[in-house]
Amino acid sequence: MTWDEASVAERAAAFLAAHDPVAMDRLEFLRARFDAGLAWVHFPEGLGGLGAPRELQAVADRELRGTPDNQPGRIGIGLGMAAPTILAFGTDEQKRRFLRPLWTGEEVWCQLFSEPGAGSDLATLATRAVREGDEWVLDGQKVWTSSAHTARWGLLLARTDPGVPKHRGLTYFVCDMRAPGVEVRPLRQITGEAEFNEVFLTGVRLPGALRLGETGDGWRVAQATLMNERVAIGGMPVRRTMMEVVADTWRSRPELRTHDLHQRLLRLWVESEVMRLTAARLREQLAAGHPGPEGSGMKLAFARLHQELSGLEVELLREDGLGYDDWTFRRPETVDFLGREAGYRYLRAKGNSIEGGTSEILRNIIAERVLGLPAEPRADKDVAWKDLPR
Amino acid sequence: MTLLYTEVEEELRAAVRDLLADRCSPSAVLGRVESGTPYDAELWKTLAREIGVAGLLVPEELGGAGASAREAAVVLEELGRAVAPVPFLASAVLATQALLTAGGEAAGELLGRLAAGEATAALAVPFAASPYAPPAPAAALGEDGTVTGTVRGVIGAEIADVLLVPVRLTRGTALCAVEASPAGSAGGTVRVTPATSLDLTRPIATVSFASAPARVLATAGGPETPWVREALLRGAGLLASEQLGIAEWCLATTVAYVRERRQFARPVGSFQAVKHRLADLWLEIAGARAAARNAAARLAEAPVAGPPGDDAAVAVTVAVAVAQAHCGAVAVHAAEECVQLHGGIGMTWEHPAHLYLKRAKADQIALGTPGDHREALAGPADLPAPV
Repeated sequence: MTWDEASVAERAAAFLAAHDPVAMDRLEFLRARFDAGLAWVHFPEGLGGLGAPRELQAVADRELRGTPDNQPGRIGIGLGMAAPTILAFGTDEQKRRFLRPLWTGEEVWCQLFSEPGAGSDLATLATRAVREGDEWVLDGQKVWTSSAHTARWGLLLARTDPGVPKHRGLTYFVCDMRAPGVEVRPLRQITGEAEFNEVFLTGVRLPGALRLGETGDGWRVAQATLMNERVAIGGMPVRRTMMEVVADTWRSRPELRTHDLHQRLLRLWVESEVMRLTAARLREQLAAGHPGPEGSGMKLAFARLHQELSGLEVELLREDGLGYDDWTFRRPETVDFLGREAGYRYLRAKGNSIEGGTSEILRNIIAERVLGLPAEPRADKDVAWKDLPR
Repeated sequence: MTLLYTEVEEELRAAVRDLLADRCSPSAVLGRVESGTPYDAELWKTLAREIGVAGLLVPEELGGAGASAREAAVVLEELGRAVAPVPFLASAVLATQALLTAGGEAAGELLGRLAAGEATAALAVPFAASPYAPPAPAAALGEDGTVTGTVRGVIGAEIADVLLVPVRLTRGTALCAVEASPAGSAGGTVRVTPATSLDLTRPIATVSFASAPARVLATAGGPETPWVREALLRGAGLLASEQLGIAEWCLATTVAYVRERRQFARPVGSFQAVKHRLADLWLEIAGARAAARNAAARLAEAPVAGPPGDDAAVAVTVAVAVAQAHCGAVAVHAAEECVQLHGGIGMTWEHPAHLYLKRAKADQIALGTPGDHREALAGPADLPAPV
């Protein structure tokens, strides 16, 4: 059938009539919502969706507002990256097994891509996966893994053929984070806390059924994950913007104002307004079925604005800017860029131009894919991975 | 309200672009700027009469096209992209907006002539004037009904048939229409003296009125000149689209050049030092497009000025100020990168890059500097200045 606003609203109403969100167990309610196709309406029927247009999700969310939710902040990697990748490349069996507990939040996901020796040049990664009968044996080290300590599953990229050029010898796996040989250690960052982990893989055995996509096709599968990551980071819905936070400080502390800071603040206010309008225009293009290349620029703009605003706030605070709220080595469950004090915001914002593709890599992408400028000459293109200089 | 371009707008763009490709190539513009008649009267006539751009902002009942700021903005994008030496901004935007704000029969009659392309007008106000602090009238209306005074830095005056002059009265102000070559007047004169201008494709001039016969179009009781303020504000909002067109030409031309130009046995556009600058510029221009479209859309939604301070008026001011604060700097940055990344050729008179640099720099000052526009946002953004 063809879904529209009315029929989705009707389905949500019928679901609510049959499932009392107050009386029911929270998890049972979420499972039932998934089974009713109201989890992500654009997914296929039987997999939490209705096969409806993506924009109708807002209708389902509106109708079910106030009912137990799946705490999206805690399972962002699963929702934003794992789900679309599994949907695109998973077998029927994998889709049935993974998507439901992913959406309900019963199973947390993490992403095992970056390595100490493979950051911007992700395709050069060295974690090995060797086939033994119906199993794969993994050895290597991953880094910058948020949620690894709470995750049930990991999206993992490993080298299965070192004898071919780097992009071609990779395979994509779902890593069982409970398997023997998986060791997760917190990675302390400049803010004092540990949002991320290092993950050491020593003789980890994965059944063949946990391979996602074809052997040797891992790079293509990973592209789908990474594209969704940048969309997720650039378009993250925020309760408040960094601009609003800094503006509130400005308003509440008139004694700190100077003419120089005022000029700079107004300049950043204009920039944040321009970014808001650019994002609004991009959404209109998407809705009209013409996704514009502006998407690749949004993360770049977001990072720069966040960094400049958070830096200005610390300077504005003068003596208070010399303090810091807390250097305790903690592992936060969710990340809130704005939740702490100015010093934290300043330091955390430094990551915005590194995580999910550095600003330098994003500029290359814009220059090459949008503007059509030629790539740098490359030394690693047609050389087997094992023969690359390192 | 949409920030995209409608089909009608794209059709208008295509018509203007085709004409400019035919009649306004960079080499043609370069030739004209040294010809002694910097404004291209023939091209303007075709644009005004055949494509009908002169009457876009004029309502149908006054003989115009009854279109909106959105269509005028698209025309300005194309005129900016070609640095076309035509008085569209001067006559069809600034003078037209002043007349629309003045209202009344005489203004309406004049609007009809402008819309039909029978006459061209210029607003005798310095192009550098800010909408947030419009200058006091530089001319006065005598008891005999003639205008006397001198206004510097006026665009489009050399090609104008009618000059709209804000004047002082004994009490209050007025907007007057003065014919550029008064027929049968008793000794009154209007003298337009071209200045040697930074912007070769839209030069400024000094306009002197000596007992020039005038028609009063509208009057105001206080010291303010509402027609001028409204024209400057709306003009500033639309100027952002011209700046967008300038920046787009500069980026496209530079990208094409660095793909071809080879040094160290490879295209210079393959060096990251060059690529990253162009990627940043592309992002600034994506923002300029959104901001300029937003300003045009807001102006189109509120074609008639409301009382200052009402919600719609504030929304218009914010949209205009944001667009100008951003787009003014983006056009200059794009033109500066265009010169730099062309290397030595970018410094030559022969290459058109300098025409864009000069236009962009002049536009940055025109109708309020980026700093003026940012300051105007302090109130609406609730970011008060230090006391």
